[in-house]
Amino acid sequence: MGEVLRHALAIAGKDLRLEFRSRTAFLSALVFTALVLAIFQFARDPTAVSAVDLAPGILWITFSFAGLLGLNRAFALERENRALDGLLLSPASRTALYLGKVLANLVFVGLVEAIALPLFAIFFNVPVLGVLGPLVAVIALATIGFVAVGTLMSSIAVSTRFAELMLPVLMLPFLMPPITAAVQMTARIFAGRPFSEIIGWLKLLVAYDVAFLVVCILVFEHTIEE
Amino acid sequence: MTAPARHPVLTVRDLARSFGPVRALRGVDFTLDAGEVLAIFGPNGAGKTTLLRILAGLLRPERGEVLLGGQSAVRAAASQRRRVGLISHATFLYDGLTASENLEFYGRLYGVSDPRARALAALEAVALAERAATFAGTMSRGMLQRLALARALLHEPDIVLLDEPFTGLDQAAAAALRRQLVRLREERRTVVLVTHNLDEGLELATHTAFQVAGRFVECAPKDGDAADYRRRYAEATAAHG
Repeated sequence: MGEVLRHALAIAGKDLRLEFRSRTAFLSALVFTALVLAIFQFARDPTAVSAVDLAPGILWITFSFAGLLGLNRAFALERENRALDGLLLSPASRTALYLGKVLANLVFVGLVEAIALPLFAIFFNVPVLGVLGPLVAVIALATIGFVAVGTLMSSIAVSTRFAELMLPVLMLPFLMPPITAAVQMTARIFAGRPFSEIIGWLKLLVAYDVAFLVVCILVFEHTIEE
Repeated sequence: MTAPARHPVLTVRDLARSFGPVRALRGVDFTLDAGEVLAIFGPNGAGKTTLLRILAGLLRPERGEVLLGGQSAVRAAASQRRRVGLISHATFLYDGLTASENLEFYGRLYGVSDPRARALAALEAVALAERAATFAGTMSRGMLQRLALARALLHEPDIVLLDEPFTGLDQAAAAALRRQLVRLREERRTVVLVTHNLDEGLELATHTAFQVAGRFVECAPKDGDAADYRRRYAEATAAHG
């Protein structure tokens, strides 16, 4: 297990170094986030629906699509000079490779979310500070499921001709449970509802994370080998 | 190939692989001991790269087996993969990392002690020490090939697989690569070298094979000069191509 973790950290460190040296996907995700929030802010009719009612859906649409931009890059950079062959040839296990990609994607998506959340609070005038603890917990849990599935789908999509189009097509159907749970929990947190109204969705989200992490680790090997 | 092969480092038995209707390999057999260098000559499309990818464990054969020191290389365990170094058409390097960072990264994957020091030593060995901080994406083809060699040898594999390593190199770079390969032979590493170039291959080989249409049509210890090999190669490709 120690070796798997060591290899995963090496792979994640390499990916993050490459990403934050070029900042291509990160800046794209941030600009995309700001644009989406601005469009929703100016397109909605504040007299018809209140910001707090709309906010959970908008928040998770923004997170999901901004996250996709990063996930697209996860395996695209391994196509360069067939670097993926170099990884497969090394003693690093396929599990370490998957976990390394998951770690790098978690950091990437987490950073995008950390910048997007204050922007969201400003645009929609939602008081997030008072509910920051539970909100961050929900975001973290949903992001784990999102990244677990997204990393696997990215490894499948990268070998197709239109990888950037294929990733959302492959991934979004699998994201309906965690996104639905996250939206429902976020809405209840913003509305100040009791924990008993959240617990059911929370169990669903935790079960999804555990199940899909395990399934993705098991399936990953078969998606990358010829 | 070697008789008797008491402790073969690399054993290949009846290897076959197809891609759709194309039969890339049709039953390849050979055995190599430590210190033996097999040069495989063959025309384009003969299945040479497919053979190397199977030997490296990157591709699964449909039939047959590859044994590294007596253990199967198909779905090889980490300890088996650690024994192999591969230089392919692609460099497996990241353009956005420097030469040193690329080698340090692979050093960590292979669990070498002090990856940074080992990376610098490996760069020194291929005369790239002054380029340690140069991004791989800005290097010339010759420099990249030397860096790829450093990557492949970083963990000191006892089996080295080389796919057309001289392609695109100028004379100085080819000479530097040749010195490295001679050193491998002197260190008794087992080498499989795939090349179109008879002269380069014969200079380094202890054994030779002609691969045509997925088969070894000749596989034996090196005997004869370059002119003799040219004649035999022409006959082999005419008869089986």
